[in-house]
Amino acid sequence: MKDLFAVIMLSGIYGLLSASFFVSMDAVDVAFTEASVGAGISTLLMLVAITMTGRTENPSRHKPLLALAVVIVTGSLLIYGTLDMPYFGSAQAPIHQHVAPRYINDSMQEVGVPNIVTSVLASYRAFDTFGEVVVIFTAGMGVLALLSAVRRPRDVAEIDSFNKSMYEEHLILRIVAKMLIPFILLFALYVQFHGDYGPGGGFQAGVIFAAAIILYAMLFGMNTARRVINQSFIQLFAAIGVLLYGSVGVISLLNGKNFLDYSILSADPIAGQHLGILLIELGVGFTVASVMVIIFFNFAGRRNNQQNKENNDSC
Amino acid sequence: MLMGLYNYWIVVVLMMVGFYIVIAHGNLIKKIVGLSIFQTSVFIFYISMAKVEGGTAPILAEGIRQYSNPLPHVLILTAIVVGIATTALGLALAVRIKEAYGSIEEEDIQKKDNLDC
Repeated sequence: MKDLFAVIMLSGIYGLLSASFFVSMDAVDVAFTEASVGAGISTLLMLVAITMTGRTENPSRHKPLLALAVVIVTGSLLIYGTLDMPYFGSAQAPIHQHVAPRYINDSMQEVGVPNIVTSVLASYRAFDTFGEVVVIFTAGMGVLALLSAVRRPRDVAEIDSFNKSMYEEHLILRIVAKMLIPFILLFALYVQFHGDYGPGGGFQAGVIFAAAIILYAMLFGMNTARRVINQSFIQLFAAIGVLLYGSVGVISLLNGKNFLDYSILSADPIAGQHLGILLIELGVGFTVASVMVIIFFNFAGRRNNQQNKENNDSC
Repeated sequence: MLMGLYNYWIVVVLMMVGFYIVIAHGNLIKKIVGLSIFQTSVFIFYISMAKVEGGTAPILAEGIRQYSNPLPHVLILTAIVVGIATTALGLALAVRIKEAYGSIEEEDIQKKDNLDC
């Protein structure tokens, strides 16, 4: 397929399909994330990217036969390798024998959170998650370094006229979105704080929160969105998220426990665990939401700048 | 009895589709799409290993004996969000390459590089 727009739309559908795959394999938390990331944010980012890089692919001149041969050989070797694997759904598979029984049987006494995924994510393997959050933060900073353009101050009048022309088109979309955005934000908060009991948590909530802001930015224009959410403010928030996560770890360290061992945060170890999970999920939510917004704003801001440049050149 | 392995075969097929797109296409955006298909196949691999016959989602509730394995879910949950962050970084690089070279086709970029020397 030469039209990249179609390619990206198909990959969005693929993301949604794989989310339903995950539901049918009992991974509700993962499906939640994949639906909001794979079908939502990633499609959107790729669309913004192709508006800048061009919509069509050049016909390629190298022969695909060699690539096809490599792929077929690798694929058949991999399939040969699966012959020794445990069967799908078998309860005797080695993966279910090591730490999983402890998580399933003891996490209620040790952490006191019904959603095992949350207790493993935020308590047993919190250090791991800390690393992931730092990676997300770093990627956000990377995008910032690559794409942040020096924004020229523009006349307020220009922005206002731009806004007026925007108000006349997409009227229905705007009104519907205005009604929906508060509910999306509310839902994100619910997902954030209900992660202990049902599917959800900081990662999903962050992405949903960012989606609401991105929707606003798409319908009301970048400049209005910039006025609502200050760029430097959101950058500060991304850093605060990581800082909050890390400082919870340092507090438990200073109190004589291991890094990110929350039992010390309160007199009752279970209450301490609850508090710790709440705090670090909040940190994760802050970082993920702000990094997603930063990424989108920088892509879209780059695009606006390019368009302005083209307009100036043509004049 | 070999049919019990079908989940791995689906994963291998998806993985090879992604791999083929990465090595056979010159367009950088397409390569990124291929990489994300490859990535999803790994996610499906992990999640399908976590599945236990007759188990339910790993949220503790009364009267349920069998749960799926929560550990792969945790790993993949974070990997998805890290994946989108790194994909965004890749797209940002593609945009910068387009600005610097005027093209995101691998061949054109190489040609331009060779001309410069």
